[in-house]
Amino acid sequence: MSRLVTYRRALTWAMEEEMAADPNVFVFGLDVPDHKRIFGSTQGLVERFGASRCFGTPLSEEAMTGVALGAALSGLRPIHVHIRADFTLLAMNQIVNMVSNLRYMTGGRLQVPLVIRAIIGRGWGQSAQHSKSLHGVFGHIPGLKVVMPTTAQDAYSLLRTAIREDNPVLVLEHRWLYDVPGEVDERLQVPLGEPAVRRIGRDATVVATSWMTIEALKAAEVLAKRGIELEVVDARSIAPLGIEPIAASVAKTGRCVVADYDWTFCGFSAELAAQLHARCFGALKAPVERLGFAHVPCPTTRPLENLFYPSAVSIIRSVERLLDLEPTDLSGESFYSYEQRFKGPF
Amino acid sequence: MTLPSAVQPARRTPDLTEALELYSRMLLIRRAEEAICAEYHHDEMKTPVHLGIGEEAIPVGVCSCLPPGAKTFGTYRNHALYLTVTGGDTDGFFGELYGKITGAGKGKAGSMHLASPAHGLVATSAVVASTIPVAVGAAFAESYRNTGGLTAVFFGDGAVEEGVFWESLNFACLHRLRVLFVCEDNGLAIHTATAQRQGFRSIPEAVNGFTCHVASGDGSDVTEVQALTRSVLSAMAQDPGPGLLHLTYFRFLEHVGNREDFDAGYRSAPDADTRERLDPLRRVERALREQGCPPEALKAAAEAVEAKISRSIAAAQAAPFPPPEELLRDVFAGGEPRA
Repeated sequence: MSRLVTYRRALTWAMEEEMAADPNVFVFGLDVPDHKRIFGSTQGLVERFGASRCFGTPLSEEAMTGVALGAALSGLRPIHVHIRADFTLLAMNQIVNMVSNLRYMTGGRLQVPLVIRAIIGRGWGQSAQHSKSLHGVFGHIPGLKVVMPTTAQDAYSLLRTAIREDNPVLVLEHRWLYDVPGEVDERLQVPLGEPAVRRIGRDATVVATSWMTIEALKAAEVLAKRGIELEVVDARSIAPLGIEPIAASVAKTGRCVVADYDWTFCGFSAELAAQLHARCFGALKAPVERLGFAHVPCPTTRPLENLFYPSAVSIIRSVERLLDLEPTDLSGESFYSYEQRFKGPF
Repeated sequence: MTLPSAVQPARRTPDLTEALELYSRMLLIRRAEEAICAEYHHDEMKTPVHLGIGEEAIPVGVCSCLPPGAKTFGTYRNHALYLTVTGGDTDGFFGELYGKITGAGKGKAGSMHLASPAHGLVATSAVVASTIPVAVGAAFAESYRNTGGLTAVFFGDGAVEEGVFWESLNFACLHRLRVLFVCEDNGLAIHTATAQRQGFRSIPEAVNGFTCHVASGDGSDVTEVQALTRSVLSAMAQDPGPGLLHLTYFRFLEHVGNREDFDAGYRSAPDADTRERLDPLRRVERALREQGCPPEALKAAAEAVEAKISRSIAAAQAAPFPPPEELLRDVFAGGEPRA
């Protein structure tokens, strides 16, 4: 059965399904059951499953991550929620020294079925401490899996896959995607490690992460008007990374822009570019271009923030460079602006 | 022995059989660590060892009082705990120290991460205080499933200075979890004394503000350790919630390594009488003699322990290292990572 739901509702739906199917699944974190329900994504869970399976916590991110780990080692399947990905930094000791290591250090005698959901903030003054994505940081750590669902279907399917996974998975959700509706087929299973081709094209491949997929699709729409066809691939799973379909797309088009929702220096875009150069060297007509955040902490004020983030426009300019094209006249185009859709503070 | 909030302990002298059993367990730990000291210079055990000579009565005493099926968590100073909960698995122990495939962690753990989930020792950690919240999570799982099992977590006095200890204690109190916090207090964090580190009067007093059963006493006396453990467990049974055992002991050797370091200047060597008082093994041995234990029984216990250790060391030395394919194994359940 397919239903049209928002990304937010798809997340809730995934948790409902898994909590109903398995009494070991529980969801917890700061403010999880309060009246705002993590931007509505935990709506209805405490009413349906009770306070023992859906509860709030003290402000103790490190200990709560340890609690999640201890529960997972005992056979429960915790979903630990952070309303901002930046707050996972308070739990880095547990995530990077404990969660990711314990199976290896015991020679495979332990398993850690643990999901960490964390939301990436943006806009309306979210600033430097409410806007990180951190997928490059977590993807760097052996023993962790990292996904960034972009569509409602992936929010639903990847979260369900993550909950059923016997390993730790970080699910990084962009706040702006929460209101985006999409068809969700509840039978569709999406495994970890598979990118999704969102648009088929021939002239260049844009590999995007999270919100940048939306920007890449907009760029493709604009460039299509002048006959340029972009192939847009949503990486979707950072670790494990499904490199083969991405490399196949780049081998086909011969040109690639990696549009990452993160800083470029030492980041996921560098990893992807390096792998694509190694795999597609003969097919590439130009070096892989990389787009990402400006290498500064995220500024608060809107004019600087606009310069900080990559966008459909920066993707268009990058593709034009790769194809040696004159700049497209964008004066008639309408690009996504959160002012039209999104009012603060959250 | 002070008991700020728990019921008074019933101190009882163990009968001869029980006392001899406690002695044998502690002796196995002591002789195993002395064997490490003797063998370490060969540089075949390539793993930093944090020896627990002087600490033995705490894991042995506490674990002798835990209910069957209890889960335990520990620190990098875990040899005594490992050998206690595994019932003396010297093969897995020395196999791991020699980095062999026969080790408890197939050579991927080393001395600092010894664990045996099959025996309930779920994890130990080289990062101070890191297993404390994980133990609370295991206790949470017991509460979630209403299975009633007990979890005990061992940590040093330095761990109390980590924020996560207080976070974990708070959550355990809030959820009335059946977790026993065991603070093995040797008055040193590496080389820094308590007075240079702690801005509170004492650990039991600082914890007393929480709804937690607290007991404190001499961790060099296995009989006292048992009495305090029983009293806190009894209080936890009557009034469900966490307990904290604060047990002092003397670390005879350097923080890491196989030598004494009294010449380093940060502490002085104990005199002979003090040594006798601080050595848990000597105290048990003396008590056994006073109880009329025949010397032959002590000798037989020592011979059995020494033979067991020699066999395990020989087996570990002869065992193969993990094959190259082990490098990429055991990262994830259900499949290996794609490189």
